[in-house]
Amino acid sequence: MSTEAHAVAPAHDEHQTSTGLDNVKMAMWAFLGSECLFFGSLISTYLLYRNRFGSGPAPHEIYDIPYTSVSSFVLLMSSLTMVLALNAQQRGILRAARVWLLATAFLGMTFIGGQIYEFTTFYHEGLALSKSPFGSAFFVLTGFHGAHVTVGILMLLSLVGMSLAGRLPQSDSRKVELIGLYWHFVDIVWIVIFTVVYLIPTNN
Amino acid sequence: MATAAISQRRLFARPTSTTGWKSWLFTVDHKKIGILYGATAFIFFILGGLEAVAMRTQLARPDQTLFGSAEQTADLYNQFMTMHGVTMIFLVVMPMGVALFNFFVPLMIGARDVAFPRLNALSYWIFAFGGIFLYSSFFLGGAPDGGWFGYAPLSTTQASNGMSYYSVGLQILGVASLLGAINFIVTILNMRAPGMTMMRMPVFIWMTLVVSFLLLFAMPVIAVALFQLMFDRLFDTNFFNPAAGGDPVLWQHLFWLFGHPEVYILILPAMGIVSEIIPVFSRKPLFGYAAIVFAGAAIGFMGWGVWAHHMFAVGLGPVANSAFAISTMFIAVPTGVKIFNWLGTMWGGDIRFKTPMLFAIGFVMMFIIGGLSGVTHSIVPHDAQQTDTYYIVAHFHYVLFGGALFGIMAGLYYWWPKVFGHMLSEKLGKLHFWLWFIGFNVTFAPFHIVGLQGMPRRIYTYPKGMGWDVWNLVETIGAFIIVSSVLVFIANIIVSSRKREEAVDDPWDARTLEWSIPSPPPEYNFAEVPVVTHRDDWWHRKYVESPEGFPVPVLAGGSKGEENLGDGHGIHLPSPSFFPLVVAAGLPVMGYGVIYFNPLVLGLGALITMMGVFGWIFEPGAADEH
Repeated sequence: MSTEAHAVAPAHDEHQTSTGLDNVKMAMWAFLGSECLFFGSLISTYLLYRNRFGSGPAPHEIYDIPYTSVSSFVLLMSSLTMVLALNAQQRGILRAARVWLLATAFLGMTFIGGQIYEFTTFYHEGLALSKSPFGSAFFVLTGFHGAHVTVGILMLLSLVGMSLAGRLPQSDSRKVELIGLYWHFVDIVWIVIFTVVYLIPTNN
Repeated sequence: MATAAISQRRLFARPTSTTGWKSWLFTVDHKKIGILYGATAFIFFILGGLEAVAMRTQLARPDQTLFGSAEQTADLYNQFMTMHGVTMIFLVVMPMGVALFNFFVPLMIGARDVAFPRLNALSYWIFAFGGIFLYSSFFLGGAPDGGWFGYAPLSTTQASNGMSYYSVGLQILGVASLLGAINFIVTILNMRAPGMTMMRMPVFIWMTLVVSFLLLFAMPVIAVALFQLMFDRLFDTNFFNPAAGGDPVLWQHLFWLFGHPEVYILILPAMGIVSEIIPVFSRKPLFGYAAIVFAGAAIGFMGWGVWAHHMFAVGLGPVANSAFAISTMFIAVPTGVKIFNWLGTMWGGDIRFKTPMLFAIGFVMMFIIGGLSGVTHSIVPHDAQQTDTYYIVAHFHYVLFGGALFGIMAGLYYWWPKVFGHMLSEKLGKLHFWLWFIGFNVTFAPFHIVGLQGMPRRIYTYPKGMGWDVWNLVETIGAFIIVSSVLVFIANIIVSSRKREEAVDDPWDARTLEWSIPSPPPEYNFAEVPVVTHRDDWWHRKYVESPEGFPVPVLAGGSKGEENLGDGHGIHLPSPSFFPLVVAAGLPVMGYGVIYFNPLVLGLGALITMMGVFGWIFEPGAADEH
């Protein structure tokens, strides 16, 4: 099925590339490689500071692991809907593609809503950006992840808009694939963050 | 439906000027962008140079206070010192390298443009606006004054906004570098002409590829460090605040984890340039091509494992110090390999001492000195004596000025005829070289001496009778010799462009593809995409080898230049675009909004950038030109 779709697709692959890989896709992979170091640095900072909570609340005092597990599950399910969106787009079922794209964006928004609620709760329990190195590292790491999800949601909604305006034909499924790559990456990063930040117990 | 499409087309119509200022402002042509990069970097080179001259004048005699009272002098000195470093690294050497990448990567691999022409324009504009943003701080309450390394907690507690400009400004410049890196990685891996295999690529292209990967992975690390610095300054986070349990050494780790690959980002382009020039002016193929390529790649990998040699005095402990001492000594090996490659290329060659070759040989000599003093730092107890003295300053000026800038100058003289279609004066060029070479050594060689005598760096003055007076005066005189050499260079540019001795396509009898097309190159680069059959393909089209191993010109009609291959009509080129400029313009506005805590300005900047992004997406013909 997908080979057929590719046979129709090369409308804009006007020149053969030296490696045979698509230029834009290679660029996206390179960008995601760069993002690994970005989140790697933030996660390292968190690991250095997770036990330095000073007079503020300690990680195990405020984390609500069942709650965050649910919102993590929601985010991971959005990867499934993303795959379904790409599949529908490549098969030319544009209406289904739009539905799945919207579903992906909706799941992403649910996750972000959960994060906002979590941040607010933590703040009321005494954890602020300026409270302790732990607080700074936690909010900045998860905050940057949330910002990445938000950018992803904006891109998904733009795709839906383009599709509604008739500017996202089946032959242009590469756009969906690219944003899908980004979306999956952001999900995978969350798996690492959830494990390292929430699940690994601290000293106390 | 159709009318909607047409109105959209008008709304987002692409600019069409091919001459005049608009053609430069909205260009997506890699050659024009290369020239813009070079010209902008040269302006910053003058500014950074003036800051250096101001510092050297202040240090010429002991106990001077040239900029007002002692406090004012110290304050301004710190700003000059910081901005000199930031300027020369981020606004001169890096963009000068990128200027040459831009102009020559497509020409040397036989492509019509880079992979993403609009992204390329975006990189340039972000760089230009980022530089202006940084320099605007001089007029808005003081420039950054915490050193180019921005060590916390000094950088987080300075009262003036200087270090906020540093954190936001470098962040903006980092975006430009990251986008550029992605662009060149894809261009080099994907846009090569048929037959241009990886091991047939010119060494300059290889070094561009290694630098691009270094940028790709180093920029996010400094981005995180700069965000943390910015949040510490603006939102009272505690990343580097020891009073609340934060650790200033984290800044040093993150900074140097970026900073050491950055050193190779600065020097590898120069190594690539020199690897092109020395074979041409020795009339021999590069000695040990594979070795020099692998050495470059090895430097790219090992450059990630040496950062803590910048931190030997921090107290990381003997195990960490020893490990980083060994890795630092080890990284000198691939560098040494390259030196032997260049010497081996010159050995037995038919050497022509043209200006580019002089700068290239100067590069090799000065870089050896800088490299060796670098190895002396790797010995931890020895480093404890050198750290924070002028000996360190001597080392990094020998590798960055004696290395990177000599290499870039060599490249400018070498490629000038190709870029502008006329030759630079050899007479003025040689005068430039000798003044530059002598001035450089008179200025920076004594840094070793005063450094070993214990003169600390980063001081705005020093007392009489420390034994430093004479050498400091000598250094200042040297700095003015360098100034005179730069004036000669500027004179050379002006005089040569007035006289305009037209350049032929291949004035140096060179080896690589960019010399097979007219000077300056037509907009479409290659009328017909070349098919590559050899390393140094252009040379092999001109010469065959005699049984004794000497080059013999191919008989009449053999030179397959591109003069007769048609006028390039019908070659599809990307149209100019407004939107790179618009997207980039939003970033400094957002920067001001962040620094002055003004949500309105921040929102305005974000709006400009967002509008630019949407314009970018909906531009007609965008589907095949990303």
